[in-house]
Amino acid sequence: MTVMEQRGAYRPTPPPAWQPRTDPAPLLPDALPHRVLGTETAAQVDPDLLRRLYTELVRGRRYNTQATALTKQGRLAVYPSSTGQEACEVAAALVLEERDWLFPSYRDTLAAVARGLDPVQALTLLRGDWHTGYDPREHRIAPLCTPLATQLPHAVGLAHAARLKGDDVVALALVGDGGTSEGDFHEALNFAAVWQVPVVFLVQNNGFAISVPLDKQTAAPSLAHKAVGYGMPGRLVDGNDAAAVHEVLSDAVRHARAGGGPTLVEAVTYRIEAHTNADDATRYRGDSEVETWRAHDPIVLLEQELTARGLLDEEGIQAAREAAEAMAADLRARMNQDPVLDPMDLFAHVYAEPTPQLREQEAQLRAELAAEAEPDSAAGSESEGSGR
Amino acid sequence: MTTVALKPATMAQALTRALRDAMAADPSVHVMGEDVGTLGGVFRVTDGLAKEFGEDRCTDTPLAEAGILGTAVGMAMYGLRPVVEMQFDAFAYPAFEQLISHVARMRNRTRGAMPLPLTIRVPYGGGIGGVEHHSDSSEAYYMATPGLHVVTPATVADAYGLLRASIASDDPVVFLEPKRLYWSKDSWNPDEPQSVEPIGRAVVRRPGSSATLITYGPSVPVCLEAAEAARAEGWDLEVVDLRSLVPFDDETVAASVRRTGRAVVVHESGGYGGPGGEIAARVSERCFHHLEAPVLRVAGFDIPYPPPMLERHHLPGVDRILDAVARLQWEADN
Repeated sequence: MTVMEQRGAYRPTPPPAWQPRTDPAPLLPDALPHRVLGTETAAQVDPDLLRRLYTELVRGRRYNTQATALTKQGRLAVYPSSTGQEACEVAAALVLEERDWLFPSYRDTLAAVARGLDPVQALTLLRGDWHTGYDPREHRIAPLCTPLATQLPHAVGLAHAARLKGDDVVALALVGDGGTSEGDFHEALNFAAVWQVPVVFLVQNNGFAISVPLDKQTAAPSLAHKAVGYGMPGRLVDGNDAAAVHEVLSDAVRHARAGGGPTLVEAVTYRIEAHTNADDATRYRGDSEVETWRAHDPIVLLEQELTARGLLDEEGIQAAREAAEAMAADLRARMNQDPVLDPMDLFAHVYAEPTPQLREQEAQLRAELAAEAEPDSAAGSESEGSGR
Repeated sequence: MTTVALKPATMAQALTRALRDAMAADPSVHVMGEDVGTLGGVFRVTDGLAKEFGEDRCTDTPLAEAGILGTAVGMAMYGLRPVVEMQFDAFAYPAFEQLISHVARMRNRTRGAMPLPLTIRVPYGGGIGGVEHHSDSSEAYYMATPGLHVVTPATVADAYGLLRASIASDDPVVFLEPKRLYWSKDSWNPDEPQSVEPIGRAVVRRPGSSATLITYGPSVPVCLEAAEAARAEGWDLEVVDLRSLVPFDDETVAASVRRTGRAVVVHESGGYGGPGGEIAARVSERCFHHLEAPVLRVAGFDIPYPPPMLERHHLPGVDRILDAVARLQWEADN
């Protein structure tokens, strides 16, 4: 009798039964982006909300054109326009309560302005004045973030901290389609889902990361599908439909506030202007594509809905435009004044207390400034000699 | 007169005690990182904290250094004082973008409106037989980033005092923990109120008159050993422990070199572009007329950190330090 025969037939121990940790089905986004305007559900939206969105969209568009004009006049170092994406920007600002936090990227000045930030303060970074022209705590708007997706873990940490302190606060973080390829996007979503943090991620998929189109950016069915891998719901929305973006974000914010954890929202939209004034968009896309999207303009979509339902007339349109024009005139006037910067501020905010090394450098600059300010004897005698 | 009973304690124990005392004193202090909770950290520095303060205050995070530091930034933005652990020196590199682009400059970019009081604990350096990516000395990268404080203890008492000071600081601090000193013991009384050193002060660990060894962290005991050995040669070496690389204590260092007239900077990280170059330049600028010889550096070689079987050839040891001191004498005599 062999050993095997003594032991009987070989029966491997089955591995422990495997089960998915989460049912993926409810997390999956719908096949098509959610729309409200032009559909039957539009009638259920509060008319006041629609009118408010309209006013803000018109104002936002004017803000974008004014800021772009300021770059041409050399008043802004750079401006990444959100023309065509105003529905996302405005909805992001309007769904938040005052106590909530907004985490914008560099293209989201408009969201900050729609949240109530002074337009000049919002442009401080882009005009080459100080990096952040406002107190983030006062407005609950994080500094405009230039590195891609790095603001997303900040949003997660802040919302996590608020919840630990027992505060009813939601964070909404904005990122572009290109930003979803960054490691920080992944880490932020993973932390948020594991910790069930009250945070909402809004991807504004505007088609291009500077020149690289979405199909070279990702092989995912949609960016909203990425949510499933983290165990959070993904929602897909028409990013030019202000009512739809507002609805989807409101649902996500409500879900987060109720303890339901994070949501990833992909808003499908389009960047009408180039990446910035330094970019030549004609090198990577054709006019016809841009024209297709112009026909799907967020302002036109909402205007059609409102006028068709008798909620907006020519007078109302005119009033919205005049309000926007007044904002632009005020912005122009204030941006046309040269900002006064104090060079000594260079050392003021590196540390709570400047290091001895910084104090030495501070003294050096102070002496240089004093020398510049005083008509020194050498220069004085030179000018006398030249007869000036 | 009461005598305080001094007991031997390890640096790791002092660090644990510092974390515990900081957490007990201030509910906004939160410890977070990979393995810091249930396991108590791979070096057991966070041992018992999750049990005592709960998992919300001592949190096991997903394995993601950028995520750990990035979420800590958000927590600090909301008024907490996170203390994050990077587990091993080279594991911190994925978090560098968060560190350099956000942690170091949040106060500056918001003109003081949003300081970030957070402490980043980085176990660093070699000499423990770690495999690749477990023994780097990354202090030059941190030193080169304005907005960060960079400190590193060499004694059990400093481990406690400097960590308390780091956590209390309203600015971000990179707290470099010399791995090979974790188990070094000093006589230390953990039950007495401990001194908290202000960040930015160097200390003379051993007074001497022939030359100054300027060093920090894991190289401090090596320099003290070298100073003992040097007595046989008739040299009386002073050893200055920097404790803080940023801010730098020019005063203590320059005062020492002016007394001795000779200086050697000793550290584990590579010499080229390393901390020693900066320190030697500062000393030369301040003490030129007092110097009897050029300021020398004894550093690790300019190589990726070597495999454990070869690391003893790389790390600055007593002989290499004494050779440098001998060269100082030669320079002085010629």
